[in-house]
This record gives sequence, structure tokens and C-alpha cells, in this order.
Amino acid sequence: MANYAEMSLYVRLFMKKYPFSKFRIEPVPNSPLRKPLSTSTVALVTTAGLCPPGQPPFNQKLKMGDPSWREIPNGVETRTLIESHRSQSFDHRGIEADRNVAFPLDRFRELEAAGQIGRLNHRHFSFMGSIIGPRPLIEQTAPEVARLLRADGVDVAFLTPL
Amino acid sequence: MCNQTVGLVQAAIEREGIATVSITLLREVAEVIRPPRSLFVPYPLGFPLGEPGNPSLQHRIIAAALALLERDAVPLIEDFTG
Repeated sequence: MANYAEMSLYVRLFMKKYPFSKFRIEPVPNSPLRKPLSTSTVALVTTAGLCPPGQPPFNQKLKMGDPSWREIPNGVETRTLIESHRSQSFDHRGIEADRNVAFPLDRFRELEAAGQIGRLNHRHFSFMGSIIGPRPLIEQTAPEVARLLRADGVDVAFLTPL
Repeated sequence: MCNQTVGLVQAAIEREGIATVSITLLREVAEVIRPPRSLFVPYPLGFPLGEPGNPSLQHRIIAAALALLERDAVPLIEDFTG
């Protein structure tokens, strides 16, 4: 189980002092699913910092974090995705061994083949989660991705951290 | 920070009328940030779907998360109990 106690002292002190409440979601939006999952279009969104081959990696040097996003084509071979998450506060070996541990596209393909979801969207999205100053994310890049998903006709977004 | 970023992106997507659910590894963060629907899983940071190379566990976690999509008493954090 992940909690503050298992982290390094540096990360723990940072997390204790970080003003999470400043970014509290208020009001909480609410758009529950009103149709069967078996007829819904699903997109994955991860903050694991995954990049498809050939796209520029996330910028690990920006002090406040890189708020940009990458588009992951639905047809990508998952093991070719490159993880460029800068955080040292967790073990990277799980995602190195199996991208599905944070970006479960192969599992969703199995759900699609089994008819449990309608279909996968033609693209998915990736951010690098290590964003200390999230204003550009809140005001610009997250709404950009949200509008693209809506334009694609996506019914369900499944989100994962790393 | 990953868990905060997930919540903030999730809220932006839900605001566009799309039903969202996330996995969270840090209950403390989800409680403060308040994404609409999240499944808290008892695994270390770096392992939101449990274990590499364990499709059966990964499917159980996904199913538990997808089961929250119709819930409208938000924000909600459900525990994954296996």
C-alpha cells in the first residue's frame, strides 16, 4: 500500500508541505455513464509520462513540471512506449516490465474483443504526472485533451497515475 | 504528484460531459483533490494495476473501477478489496 510513511524523507517532507488543498476540485463535476459500457467508446489517459516512439520525450528539466501531453495511437504496440517520467519517488521496474501496470491498453483490447466495452477510441493521451505548478495544466492542457476526447465522441475516460 | 495530476485532468474531462474513473495510489491526495470517481488500490507507487505480468489481477482492478462509472454521488473513493 502506498502512503506517506513508505516514501523517502525528502519526498515525505515535500508531500507534507505541498499545498494540495490549493488545487482542490470545486465544484466536483458529475457526468455519470448513462448508457451501457458495452456500447460505449473508451479512452485511456495516463500520467505515466509514456511517449510513443518518434515523439519528443517530456521535458524533465522544467522545475514546475511539464504540462504538455502526447497522443498515443490506439494501434500502438504497448511495449514500444517509452516511459520518461522523471520522478524518483517510486520503483520504475514494474512499468518497464509491463506497460499495462500503468497503461492497461492490452487489457482494454481484451475487453473490447470480449464485447464488454463498445470500442476503444482511436487515440489515448499521456501526461507526465510530476507537475508541481499545475496552473498551465488546469487552465490549458487538461481542457485541451478533454475537448479532443469530446470531439472524438468518447463516452468513458479511464485514468491512471504511475 | 501523479495522483494530483490525474485528478485535475479527470475533472477537466468530466466537465466536458464524459464519465470518468481513475485509479489512485494515495488516498490522502484523492481526498483533498476530489476527482469525481476513484478506486483506491493497496499497491506501491508505480503499480496502479497491481503487478506486471498479472493480467488476471489487472482485469479485476479495471472491472472494479469501471463499476463506478454509473455512480453519481461524487466525489467518491472506493477501496479495491481484490
